[in-house]
This record gives sequence, C-alpha cells and structure tokens, in this order.
Amino acid sequence: MSEQERIQKQRTERAADTATDVNVDTTKGEQLKAELDDLLDEIDEVLEENAEEFVRNYVQKGGE
Amino acid sequence: MAIAKVLGIETEYGIAGGPDMDPITASSIVVNAYAQQGRTRINWDFHGETPELDARGLPGLTSFAPIVETHLANTVLTNGARLYVDHAHPEYSSPECRTPLEATLYDVAGEEVMRRAVLVANESLNPEHMITLYKNNSDSKGNSYGTHENYLVSREVDFSHVVRAMVPHFVSRQIIIGAGKLGAETDHAIDANPYFQLSQRAEFFEEVVGLETTLKRPIINTRDEPHSDAERFRRLHVIIGDANLSQVATFVKLGSTALLLAALEDLGPEPFPSAPRHPVRAVRAYALDPTLRAVEICEDDQWRTAWDFQDQLWELADGYVEKRGGDAVAEDDEVALVLRHWREMLDGVRDDADAVADRVDWVAKLRVVNGIRERYDLGPHDAKLRAIDLQYHDLRPEKSLAQRVGLFKMLDERAIREAVHNPPGSTRAYFRGQCVARYPDQIAAANWDSVVFDLGEGPLQRVPMLDPLRGTAALTRDLLEVSSTADELLQALDR
Repeated sequence: MSEQERIQKQRTERAADTATDVNVDTTKGEQLKAELDDLLDEIDEVLEENAEEFVRNYVQKGGE
Repeated sequence: MAIAKVLGIETEYGIAGGPDMDPITASSIVVNAYAQQGRTRINWDFHGETPELDARGLPGLTSFAPIVETHLANTVLTNGARLYVDHAHPEYSSPECRTPLEATLYDVAGEEVMRRAVLVANESLNPEHMITLYKNNSDSKGNSYGTHENYLVSREVDFSHVVRAMVPHFVSRQIIIGAGKLGAETDHAIDANPYFQLSQRAEFFEEVVGLETTLKRPIINTRDEPHSDAERFRRLHVIIGDANLSQVATFVKLGSTALLLAALEDLGPEPFPSAPRHPVRAVRAYALDPTLRAVEICEDDQWRTAWDFQDQLWELADGYVEKRGGDAVAEDDEVALVLRHWREMLDGVRDDADAVADRVDWVAKLRVVNGIRERYDLGPHDAKLRAIDLQYHDLRPEKSLAQRVGLFKMLDERAIREAVHNPPGSTRAYFRGQCVARYPDQIAAANWDSVVFDLGEGPLQRVPMLDPLRGTAALTRDLLEVSSTADELLQALDR
C-alpha cells in the first residue's frame, strides 16, 4: 500500500469511527488525538518527498 | 528610574539553493532582489560601527574583533529595518520598537520581507537554482547562525550587574521559547545522545561572558556598540535566543527580558535568583532534558531546574510590575498580556504541554515529530523526522509546517502587511524609514543613528539621531509632511 493510500484508508476509518461514536461523550484526550491526526495528515501532504536528500543538502556556513 | 526598553530583533535566515551552491551569492541575490523592486536603494552607512568595543571596558584578550563586511549587499528599508548579507546569510534587522508587541510585529514583517524577496529573486533563476529560506538557527551539522535581540539599557547600570541578574534568565528561558531540534551536533552534546533538545542554540554556547558571536559564543555578549548616546545608553546585545515561529513566543521572549531589565534598573540585582555555578553547563543540560527535571547547583548552594528559575523570575517581574508599574516596557494591558502568556506557558510545559502547543515552538514541533514517528513506526534518527524539524522553519507558505501546526496568531495580517512598508511611529525608525520613502534620491546612506543627505551641491549632510526616542512620528510627522524635498527638510531642521 502506498503512503497516500494508507493515509486515505486511515482517514476513511476515522470518519467511520466518528460516525459510530456520535452518542459517546468525547473526552478531551480523544479530541486532541483526533485533532493531531488531522494535523499529521496535513503535514504528510506537504512533507518533502525525499526526506533523506532534503536534510542532507541543507548545509549552512556559520554566521553572526 | 527604568528607561524605555527600546528593542528589536536581528534574524539571520538559513538559505538553500542558488547558483553555484554559494550561500553568499544566493544571499546577495535575495537582498538585491528586494532592493531592486524599488522599495529601497539606500546604502547602509558604516560610520559609527564599533563591534569590537567591549562593555567590560577592556578588550578580552582571547577575543578577535568581529569583521564588518562592507562590500556585501546592504540596504535600509522604508519600514526602518536593515536588510543585508551577513557572512553567508540574508539578515533582517528590525527597526527599533517601543514595546514587545510592536517588536514582534516587525520581526514577523521581516519574514514577509524575506518571502517577497525570495519570490522576486526566484523569478530570475533556473528551476534547479531556486532559493529557499529558513527561519532557524542551525543546519543540524554543527553550523549555527544567530537571532539576536537588542534592548536599550541605562548606562548607569553596572555591566557586572547585568551579568549577575540576567544569566539565570538566559540559561532557563529556553523551556518556553526554545524552538527545539532533533539530536545534537557538537561533541559534548553528541556524547549525551539526546533524541530532542529544547533549543537550537544552547549547545553552541561555550562562555559565560565575552565579545565573540561566532566562536566561543557567550551567554552574555559584551559588544558595547550603543548606536546612540554612549553616555546615557547601553544596547544589550543578546545572542542566545532561538528564532521563533510562534508569535507569542517572540512576544514573551522580548517582554520577559525587557521586564527583567527594567526591574534590574529600578531594583538592582539583589532580588534576582542566584545564578547557576556553571552557567554554560546549565544552559546545555537544560536543553538536553525535555522532561524539565535537570537540576543545577547555584551560587547559593540551592539546586534549581530551569523551571524553578523561570518561576522565580516570573514572580520577580510580576511583583515589580505590581509595585512600580511596567511603563518602561509597555502600557498596562500589554504588560499584563506578557505576564499572562509567560505564566501559562510556564505552567503548561510542566503540567499540560498540549495546552501550550499553540504557543511554545518546541512543544508544537515535538508533538508533530512524535506523531509521525508513531504513525509510521520510525526510528529516532529517521530522515523523515529530521525533515519535519527543518521544514518547521521553511518560509515557503506551501511548505511551512509552523503555519500548519495551529500556532496562535496575535498579529493582524493587515498590520503585518503595513509593517512591511511603514516604520513604527514610536522611535527614530520613523524618521529613518520616512526619509528613505520620501527622499530616496537625496539620501546618500543611513544607519541606526543617522541619515546622510546628498543634495547634489555642497558637502554631504548628516542628521544625527543619537536618542532612539527622538525622530518619532509625534516629533517629526508634521515636519516631514510639509517638506516636499530633502532640502526643505534640512532647512526646517536647522530652524
């Protein structure tokens, strides 16, 4: 499964979870977790594709 | 009496890309791109720059005088800031501001200046040479570059008292204003093998007090270059801060430091907590421990965590404001806001980090790093996590992670756009910026404490601005409004 597909799957699953849990009181912890999951989805979408190269190529000279 | 805490931030941006992979060329392209947009072509004037003067009165025997590079791109902006190439980085030095919130606004306006500059620069570059900028302080490979704060301090304060009072704050404030980073990059920190550090900068500090900024970096920098009347003022040049993406963190960094300096001027050093016996060890040890449990032995034989220091310093600042008011720093509401955020961030990092993930950069970053690590079951050194660490600071709106993690925005977008072009009205930056905007063809150069006019005939005329609180909108707006040329302005100033 590609990363993209996996994310899609997770999203679908989460959407389903939410749908079945409507009558349950959502605790603060669960809310935070759901928010973080959404945030991580968004981060995944914009993260540099070749992380290894992106990080390796970032070399600075000292400053100040 | 505490004097007005005129303040500002200088930020060196990390830079990638550009032709020939040469950061000096790339930085020059960025600075020149902005200057050639018509915003400014005014050169910086190096008259009066004395970075080698030492506040301790005698030159440190092991110190080398910093080198001022006069051949690199260097301009004055209409908002009163300085935009230039410093070593191998583009740097934005904000105009002098009167309050922490105003200085935060002009620091954030600097991000926008850089964003626009790089946009223009990239229009002229091949796709493979595209430049990107990062508001951070290290490349994770052992190279660090600075974010420096400046505060106006009364010359009456003995410099040894500045050291005595401020070391506790500078070693401990990273727990709320550190920008965080994965891993370590200097020998002693690598030995400790940390997963995550609170501060980008802490491990690069090697001395308690000194003149250097690039080698043997000191917790208290002694550069005595007031850029104002040296008999009345000092400019405390603070080199130990991280570049913040959180507006609240920048605000609290400036506000807390300014309040403590005002308290020092009014109360002397006695009420300040006893300093750690080994400040360099303390700043590094605190950085290495995100659980905030690391303790250091202090001059009074007590052991303190960084949190203990900040708690005591907050109490000191709060009590000072209660008794003497915070007028030196800002109006009551703004001072109260500094104290409130400072307190909440402090309690949050100890008791409920999630509650301050919208304000504390290292908390916001660590939360995302750990989230992705867990989601994909990654090792602690995975490149993906390191990419998050770097991309948190990316200035590109489509790539910036800081813009996505839910940081609370104190500043109005429109105010930021206006601050890109217009100077603050509260300091001499108003006169500098207005002159650059109104009489660009008649200004030969400008710097922090003067504007030099070239009227075409006769000698150049220097208008000195040795008091940072003169040259404000209140004092010069009318004069500028009625002077349609620099000639008229100078005649009016002579009267």
